[in-house]
Amino acid sequence: MSKSFDRFNGTEKYIVSPALRDVVNVAISLGRPLLVKGEPGTGKTLLAHNIARALGKDLLIWNVKSTTKAKDGLYVYDTVQRLNDSRFGTGDVSDIKRYIHLGQLGRSFTTAEQVVLLIDEIDKADLEFPNDLLNELDEMSFYIPETDETIEAAQRPIVVITSNSEKELPDAFLRRCVFHYIEFPDADLMKDIVHVHFPNLEKKLLKEVLNRFYWLRQIDNFRKKPSTSELLDWIQALIAGGIEPEKVAKELPFAGALIKKEQDVEVLQAALERSGKSGPLGLRSRF
Amino acid sequence: MFMDFFYTLRQLKVPVSVTEWMTLMEALSKGHAQSSLTSFYHLARAVLIKSETFYDQYDQAFAHVFRQAALPPDIRQEILDWLADPLNRLELSDEEIAKLQRWDLDKLREELDKRLNEQDERHDGGSRWIGTGGTSPFGHSGAHPAGIRIGGEGGGGRAIQIAAARRFRNYRTDVALDVRQIKVALKKLRQFAKEGPEDELDIDLTIDKTCREAGEIELVFTRARKNTVKVLLLMDSGGSMTPYSRLVSRLFSAAHQMSHFRDLKAYYFHNCIYQDLYKDIYNNDVEPTAGMLKNLDGDYKVILVGDAYMAPSELMSVGGAIDYYYHNETPGHEWLSRIADHFRNCVWLNPLPQMAWVHPTIKAIGHVFPMYPLTLDGLEEAVRKLIVKH
Repeated sequence: MSKSFDRFNGTEKYIVSPALRDVVNVAISLGRPLLVKGEPGTGKTLLAHNIARALGKDLLIWNVKSTTKAKDGLYVYDTVQRLNDSRFGTGDVSDIKRYIHLGQLGRSFTTAEQVVLLIDEIDKADLEFPNDLLNELDEMSFYIPETDETIEAAQRPIVVITSNSEKELPDAFLRRCVFHYIEFPDADLMKDIVHVHFPNLEKKLLKEVLNRFYWLRQIDNFRKKPSTSELLDWIQALIAGGIEPEKVAKELPFAGALIKKEQDVEVLQAALERSGKSGPLGLRSRF
Repeated sequence: MFMDFFYTLRQLKVPVSVTEWMTLMEALSKGHAQSSLTSFYHLARAVLIKSETFYDQYDQAFAHVFRQAALPPDIRQEILDWLADPLNRLELSDEEIAKLQRWDLDKLREELDKRLNEQDERHDGGSRWIGTGGTSPFGHSGAHPAGIRIGGEGGGGRAIQIAAARRFRNYRTDVALDVRQIKVALKKLRQFAKEGPEDELDIDLTIDKTCREAGEIELVFTRARKNTVKVLLLMDSGGSMTPYSRLVSRLFSAAHQMSHFRDLKAYYFHNCIYQDLYKDIYNNDVEPTAGMLKNLDGDYKVILVGDAYMAPSELMSVGGAIDYYYHNETPGHEWLSRIADHFRNCVWLNPLPQMAWVHPTIKAIGHVFPMYPLTLDGLEEAVRKLIVKH
């Protein structure tokens, strides 16, 4: 097995499935962007943070918004500042370089050390956005016409891209990526994940909590199914409230930590009635 | 077998290109996925498949191609057989083979790696490798083909189990549709035009103007680009639509949440459209169809949703409306034609599976409006039809 690249194995705070771990390592060794999709709360964004931590590299985050243009990530030419300077005679206007500010993608090319670049929620931007980045991500270089400079990556950054599939990404862009869909963790993996966050959690409570949680996940009608982050919040609440495992099995205390939508509360109530466990829901705190 | 896999994927309409295939070869030649078929399964999926909607097809192809790929009982023998295959063109002397036999697995792999790298240089490029790959078991793409057969702890059978379980069936585009997916499809429904107040700074013109004024800053404003698409949604709430009511309400809420349409109007009808449309299905809040046709311009994009399944008289006869207390002077078919004539872009989305579209009323309505199935694929096609300019 080649050892020419850094290998990612998860961190003590972030448990990866073997599949995801392999995929991350493939993306790193091929030098291709890794595109991650998955249900909300499956840790897409955290993945980049933890790749950076595990490999001891710096992380640059480029948060994409609906107004973000591809060029913003490369560089911004601050014309207004230059105009202002020329008008009031402050600063050296003839030096255009002073008005070129590199974006996150641009910065990730120029660092001496290899960095991890997270392009978060790429689907938020305009449909054309990914297409405008094709060449830059392929060649890892771009040209600044204003200063007649070409910025080339000394170290190809490890690029992690997350998407919530709000928009479909163009094929040409996808061809260049390594893709992984983060599945919702199964009970075994979830046990490990919970253990990382609550190492001292009682075994019995954990078992009941997971039972309840996966029972909830089975209910189809939810607008938003509870996810990992909600589970962790819930456990936190249960611990803080000193709830006994038996109570978790019988009723659903602090359900507000799991269910966030009003319609879903009704769905939950109906499901509880069907299962004959219609105890108090503990929702008053939220609704 | 490798090439089989590629073509099986293509056969299942998974968009896999040669580029991606070459990437997979590159990954394999870098030594990934040596340990088990399971990791090969994940590796190939990450490189070849770019959307979870194709995971199911991928699973099917994988199970189909690799089901026969049982683990050979003796790994070392397998590799030696493989080495002995003349196709591999490895010029190993008997002495070297003897050496290989004594090595442990890791060393063997190392040696294989080395040899195969040498081989790579002798061939021009990688293409031939893949070319010959189809004929020998698992192909020639490096140490990994053998590596795949080396079981590792996980056992090679697991990937097949994962594949055969087809856990990703839900993500297939031709089956499920949720609000978000509908929104994604509807987002394509847009047409930009400059309109509204002049409130966006035109940088280029401002600079130009300022330069002309010898540095005295002169701001130039322009109109913003906005989506000008207007949508009219007409939904069947008749009895035969009840099984699809959730699907339709998802479509409605998706359209409703879309903020980027300039206007969205929604009406309901029972089975077929007559002289009245309902703003609300529960409290008989009606608007005459003729009035709607008069008020709305022809540039509204019309999406009709219904199963188009009714008694022929409901569509073709005067007084054919299903509601006993309701009398229509003009047959439903006539009303539908008027809508089709008035609006330039109309589509009909039908939740019934396409093979059921043989019923006479469905056929008749299909002649009036272009009809698409109410699936993600169908919706996308419909949207493409809607944005065509006339």
